[in-house]
Amino acid sequence: MALRMWASSTANALRISTTNNIIAPSFSISRCFSTVIDGLKYASSHEWVKHEGSVATVGITDHAQDHLGEVVFVDLPDVGGSVSQGSSFGAVESVKATSDINCPISGEIVEVNTKLSETPGLINSSPYGDGWMIKVKPSSPSELESLMGSKEYTKFCEEEDSH
Amino acid sequence: MRGGLWQLGQSITRRLAQADKKTIGRRCFASDADLKKTVLYDFHVVNGGKMVPFAGWSMPIQYKDSIMDSTVNCRENGSLFDVSHMCGLSLKGKDTIPFLEKLVIADVAGLAPGTGSLTVFTNEKGGAIDDSVVTKVTNDHIYLVVNAGCRDKDLAHIEEHMKSFKSKGGDVSWHIHDERSLLALQGPLAAPVLQYLTKDDLSKMYFGEFRVLDINGAPCFLTRTGYTGEDGFEISVPSENALDLAKALLEKSEGKIRLTGLGARDSLRLEAGLCLYGNDMEQHITPVEAGLTWAIGKRRRAEGGFLGAEVILKQIEEGPKIRRVGFFSSGPPPRSHSEIQDSNGQNIGEITSGGFSPCLKKNIAMGYVKTGNHKAGTNVKIVIRGKSYDGVVTKMPFVPTKYYKP
Repeated sequence: MALRMWASSTANALRISTTNNIIAPSFSISRCFSTVIDGLKYASSHEWVKHEGSVATVGITDHAQDHLGEVVFVDLPDVGGSVSQGSSFGAVESVKATSDINCPISGEIVEVNTKLSETPGLINSSPYGDGWMIKVKPSSPSELESLMGSKEYTKFCEEEDSH
Repeated sequence: MRGGLWQLGQSITRRLAQADKKTIGRRCFASDADLKKTVLYDFHVVNGGKMVPFAGWSMPIQYKDSIMDSTVNCRENGSLFDVSHMCGLSLKGKDTIPFLEKLVIADVAGLAPGTGSLTVFTNEKGGAIDDSVVTKVTNDHIYLVVNAGCRDKDLAHIEEHMKSFKSKGGDVSWHIHDERSLLALQGPLAAPVLQYLTKDDLSKMYFGEFRVLDINGAPCFLTRTGYTGEDGFEISVPSENALDLAKALLEKSEGKIRLTGLGARDSLRLEAGLCLYGNDMEQHITPVEAGLTWAIGKRRRAEGGFLGAEVILKQIEEGPKIRRVGFFSSGPPPRSHSEIQDSNGQNIGEITSGGFSPCLKKNIAMGYVKTGNHKAGTNVKIVIRGKSYDGVVTKMPFVPTKYYKP
């Protein structure tokens, strides 16, 4: 419980401190827990994927950015490279620590979010929006079925935090 | 040190706990219940502290404020840290000074009573066993604070030498201050806020000075020192008075001095260019290589007489082969073990600590390079995840220190 209190208040502090140069978050800061969005798929390593048409967008979850703290650098791959499900495609550096980011889905990288090189804090202020990391053309879309839905992921985070 | 997001808590802990490699091994099998708690544990939890294992203790890595905000607030207002995991120790007896001078590089005899200095415990090869702040209370009473992660090893080392010293008729004994807690109060508001709680005039007490005095009605050991580069104090308080003192300090600051955890403490000491034992200083690194030659008293350089003196004095004369230096760099923040190369791509050393500076808003790091590459302004490459990024050797401290000096 203490950890959860810590996480949500850190998130609040982050948003307040970053509102001057970043678009306001699309969700309320009065919530108790990290935001999880319906319609996305989630990996147990705290990345999300949104599959629309032939392209899947990938980023890290609100829960992940909460725990990381202020992101200061994002290491992204090159466009044209390939990624495979469960393997690392980049890294996020916060004041606290370095974390590998795993790809929840295999395929070819068709776009990377170059805004993150100038403004890595987008990952904190808008993890599901402007803070997206890469777009992938999935090679086996059926992999999505192995990922969690929003309800399942919310429960997963709660269990992980209570440990 | 790198992990996936799910390993976050662990990786942070690992980075901060590198000071004690033995503890890390043990922790794999230890549950939280085995961790020691300071008397402020419940107070930390109530105030939103995120508790992590550190050198065998459950300590707050941060509270509600982010590490970035906490770091900046320490320099703008102030921070209160619970550092009760560190080990306070008194050595007493008429032969205390000659005894201790065998183990450390400081000119203890030359310290005025009521003053102290940073020092290093050395081994026979001149390597650092630990760094410590040593204070001469009187000519037959020395007060020391050693790192939590080095406690067992330091005490065993001191005890072994004490036995042999006493068997030859030397008069020295120790007292480990487990009945006391240690609070660090740092930042520009430290002195004005502490002044509310004591009758002693703190404006007459300068950096490195020590007093025994009443604070908030309790008998305390007060040292004007710290680990942030700011003016401030470390207060050794009887454990039964520690909670009241912590509350009083926060209250008197009207909320400006904030509880601050180990995460910001690490950023602050890095910005101040201070070593973290276990990262920036280890058994095989000498104080000369670590840039602490200034801490070897003039008399000690002439006389030697401490463990490893031959090695150390020779290094002072000939110059060390490697040196600790600071860096600014582009790209991701360097972390310990990142390789350092010269501009031709040749290996010249390794980073020992690094991160993003919350106050300077850029990457800072320290590490060891081969002599010849150590001058400020030298361009280097720092290799992170297989890519090399530009770095430049930079004078430390990165953020100017604000010690209170006459």
